[in-house]
Amino acid sequence: MRNGYKGAVLALAAGTALGLGVALGAAQNTAQAANLKIGMITTLSGGGSSLGIDVRDGFQLALNEAGAGDVELLVEDDARKPDIAKQIATKFIQRDKVDILTGIIWSNLAMAVVPAAVKDGVFYISPNAGPSALAGKGCNPNYFNVAWQNDNLHEAMGGYVQDNGYKKPFILAPNYPAGKDALTGFKRYYTGALAGEIYTKLGQSDYAAEIAQIREADPDSIFFFLPGGMGIAFMKQYAQSGLDVPVFGPAFSFDQGILGAVGEAALGVKNTSQWSKDLDNAANKAFVAAFQKEYGRLPSLYASQGYDAANLILAAWKKAGGIGDKDAFRKALEEADFASVRGAFKFASNHHPIQDIYVREVVKEGDVLTNKIVGVGLKQHANAYVGDCKM
Amino acid sequence: MGPELSRENLVNAVLALALLAAPLIAVALDEPFYVTLASRVAILALAGVGLNLALGTGGMVSFGHAAFFGLGGYVAGVAALHGFEGSHFIAWPLEIGGSEHMLVIWAVALVVTAVVALGIGAVSLRTSGVYFIMITLAFAQMIYYFAISLPTYGGEDGLSIYLRSGLPGIEAEDPLTFFLVCYALLLGVIYLLHRLVDSRFGAALQCARMNPERLATLGIAPFPVKLTAFTLSAMITGLAGALFAELNGFVSPAMLSWQLSGEIIIFVILGGVGRLFGPLAGAALFILLESFIGGLTDRWQLVLGLVLLSVVLFARGGVIGLLAGKARHD
Amino acid sequence: MSAAFFIEQLLNGVQLGVMLFLMAAGLTLVFGVMGLINLAHGSLFMVGAFFCSWIAGQTGSFWLGLGGGFLAAAAAGALVEVLVIRRLYDRDHLDQVLATFALILIFSELARWVFGDRPLYLDIPPVLSGAVPLPGGGGYPAYRLAIIGVGLVTAVGLYLLIARTRLGMQIRAGESDREMIGALGVDIRTLYTAVFALGAALAGLAGGMVGALQSVQVGMGEPVLILAFVVIIIGGIGSVKGALVSAVLVGVTDTLGRVFLPQLFGLILPPSEATSVGASLSAMSIYLLMAGVLAFKPKGLFPVDA
Repeated sequence: MRNGYKGAVLALAAGTALGLGVALGAAQNTAQAANLKIGMITTLSGGGSSLGIDVRDGFQLALNEAGAGDVELLVEDDARKPDIAKQIATKFIQRDKVDILTGIIWSNLAMAVVPAAVKDGVFYISPNAGPSALAGKGCNPNYFNVAWQNDNLHEAMGGYVQDNGYKKPFILAPNYPAGKDALTGFKRYYTGALAGEIYTKLGQSDYAAEIAQIREADPDSIFFFLPGGMGIAFMKQYAQSGLDVPVFGPAFSFDQGILGAVGEAALGVKNTSQWSKDLDNAANKAFVAAFQKEYGRLPSLYASQGYDAANLILAAWKKAGGIGDKDAFRKALEEADFASVRGAFKFASNHHPIQDIYVREVVKEGDVLTNKIVGVGLKQHANAYVGDCKM
Repeated sequence: MGPELSRENLVNAVLALALLAAPLIAVALDEPFYVTLASRVAILALAGVGLNLALGTGGMVSFGHAAFFGLGGYVAGVAALHGFEGSHFIAWPLEIGGSEHMLVIWAVALVVTAVVALGIGAVSLRTSGVYFIMITLAFAQMIYYFAISLPTYGGEDGLSIYLRSGLPGIEAEDPLTFFLVCYALLLGVIYLLHRLVDSRFGAALQCARMNPERLATLGIAPFPVKLTAFTLSAMITGLAGALFAELNGFVSPAMLSWQLSGEIIIFVILGGVGRLFGPLAGAALFILLESFIGGLTDRWQLVLGLVLLSVVLFARGGVIGLLAGKARHD
Repeated sequence: MSAAFFIEQLLNGVQLGVMLFLMAAGLTLVFGVMGLINLAHGSLFMVGAFFCSWIAGQTGSFWLGLGGGFLAAAAAGALVEVLVIRRLYDRDHLDQVLATFALILIFSELARWVFGDRPLYLDIPPVLSGAVPLPGGGGYPAYRLAIIGVGLVTAVGLYLLIARTRLGMQIRAGESDREMIGALGVDIRTLYTAVFALGAALAGLAGGMVGALQSVQVGMGEPVLILAFVVIIIGGIGSVKGALVSAVLVGVTDTLGRVFLPQLFGLILPPSEATSVGASLSAMSIYLLMAGVLAFKPKGLFPVDA
């Protein structure tokens, strides 16, 4: 029995260590005091990590360029899990006392974090996810989206398909809220007849059955929203099917980070985006060059969004003379007085962008697949939910 | 095992006290985050305690307990949604609206998970071994895909709970109060299970695990015993799910995913299978690893994998086994 | 609906089934011979896909890549067997589930470490690109026909291996009586490593072939893994024949469900709702199939120890 208490002593030691950890965390916390503290929750591990890494790198690049030594950026990985994102947000807010949260890629993670965070009086600046729930009834004075409202790119494609005289598009998206929003957004601006409409399983990787249905329906064009690996799989399988119908989609499946994996199958595809690396403005040229120099790869859509998010925050921070006066800071954010890499940029009354949405085409430059702008889908476009937002 | 101070009881007592002490210290230091972390440990431990009844005591390796965890979460989410909007879940023939009363939500979560578990258990318990593992997984996957495509309740985006439900006279929005509620539930359930395992039913269940033929010769059919245990186990995990949704202010299909079923198993094994406080030790260790290593490196999943592997290969009794010596049963 | 459409969908179902068979064959062999449940089988699928696309990218040859993916998966399988899996044979299923779950985490992060965060690219070889005309109009991708061919050849090969060779005899002996074959003087450790590596190699082959049809990325193995489990459960764990029959059954059910359930609901619901409800139900169809089979045949369609 003498030896019997060893375990208890060990457990006691573990308990004490836990308490000590709390105390240490607390001490560490009071030691550093930056003027502006930003917490970034983003996806850095597992599938889909390239998006989070691009947002982080774009954001960090803007901070480096501004030489903002009094801005502290904390970054943590959410592993694409809502409850982990929520836990990190709680930690950032309660322990690290951040002023601003940012970084979330996925709508379902944003829905887990944003409503509670803004209720706690923290600002949330979204560099990507823009679910309709946060644009309409659930909008909040402390929530800003620098990228787009989720429907935007699909709406622009709908308009483009309609204007270019297509009469019988076939549309498909995964069976989840963003997929339904995508097809609804497309149909908001494309009002003609459809050859067919399919919802696929989320995360599906084999589209043979859907491609056969498309063949059977004999459409004159195809519009799809299949983010991540789903889009890559669809395009590769479509290219092998012997079908030759023009394909349209939002930029997510045709952006820089993913084009390499889609391969030649993507050549010639028209896609909509609020940004492109060949946009002709000084801020964008400097950004593309600096990003390539710093990271040795071409920037993606997500990198541009991270970069813009950081510059928006820095501009507002400078203008309001800090973040102490939250009303002044909010007002400065609303004015959005910064050089966006997309050119003209302002916020609608529900804190989502009013911006041009371009139509790009996938082309080959040397050995590299990339996009070039071929037209404008929607000019100075806001979103469908402005009227629902009361704040 | 009597009430005398055995080594395992001592370890258990220290664990329970440490979990209570951590948030109290945190509050004293004005660090509310650690209160939230402790609540998380208590809730996930409760989910593990539920699974431990099926898995440890009853020998039913369920790889689908996330289904019950998520269902409990959805009960809390749906009740909060309708309570918040003042709308009805069912308008006819009975008017069933939402609720902001915690006891009501718990009761509904228990009933809903019990009904679903009875159905799943009735089919799954016809099988055993690997078949049982896989069929429980399949049922959980079905519910997962159903939730993803359920537009009324958010689908993949999930549901936000804007206001935590309360108890009469208790303000659960306060993190420490909420922790104490979870803590009390955890200890209460552990106590009840302790009584259950020592009861006639518990004896029958353990016999059903180790020697079903013998149980049958005693005139007790193993199937109803196992089904009852499976259902009870699911109800406890469902209750934990409801609390988890309230803690996060959010519920989504991620709570139903097969990875989460795996994590609940991890809590049980990490702590020590079949030990009363095993899931608490396991959940505490898991959360500590996740939040401290997660802050240090993006590759924390690699570290987690290595830790898990070492526990399985070299520390068969889990944490409690390491601390308290030989297994309580075998 | 034309006959060509139906034939095409049937081929799609068979092709999915054949691919699932390659995954399921390894799982079911490993379970039948060693009694091991291996969640990390999907990771070996991923290893095959990653090495295939990496080697193909370096050398420009899909075939070298496919061979490399096959060998890399076999090597990874053998390595894991020697380091970890070997210690799990006399453990209960619970320990096996947890240890192989841990292996998934380790494999995923290692793959991300070695190959980077971005999905890799793997092109279909020129010989097999394009579509083959089907009788009655329409076309079918040549590459998918090739997958069906490879799968069927593998099935026949496996049958011959198990029925006609010395290794096969040992495998059969191992399935029926594990102590016995040790007594017969068979080096049981080597046999187990060989069986595990064989299963891994088949998963790697499936990964390499499917890699050309989808994106090669971390996490690609798990959805396939779960489907493969459904397959071996329906087929009867340990039965290679059961795995083949049930793989095709699952492939066809999944494909036809995706196509026809939305149309079926279209008869009673407005189109937009019908596609959504139909899609939800079709995502659950194979799990319903599995629950249905197990409710009547708790040990699958071809129980091994009936």
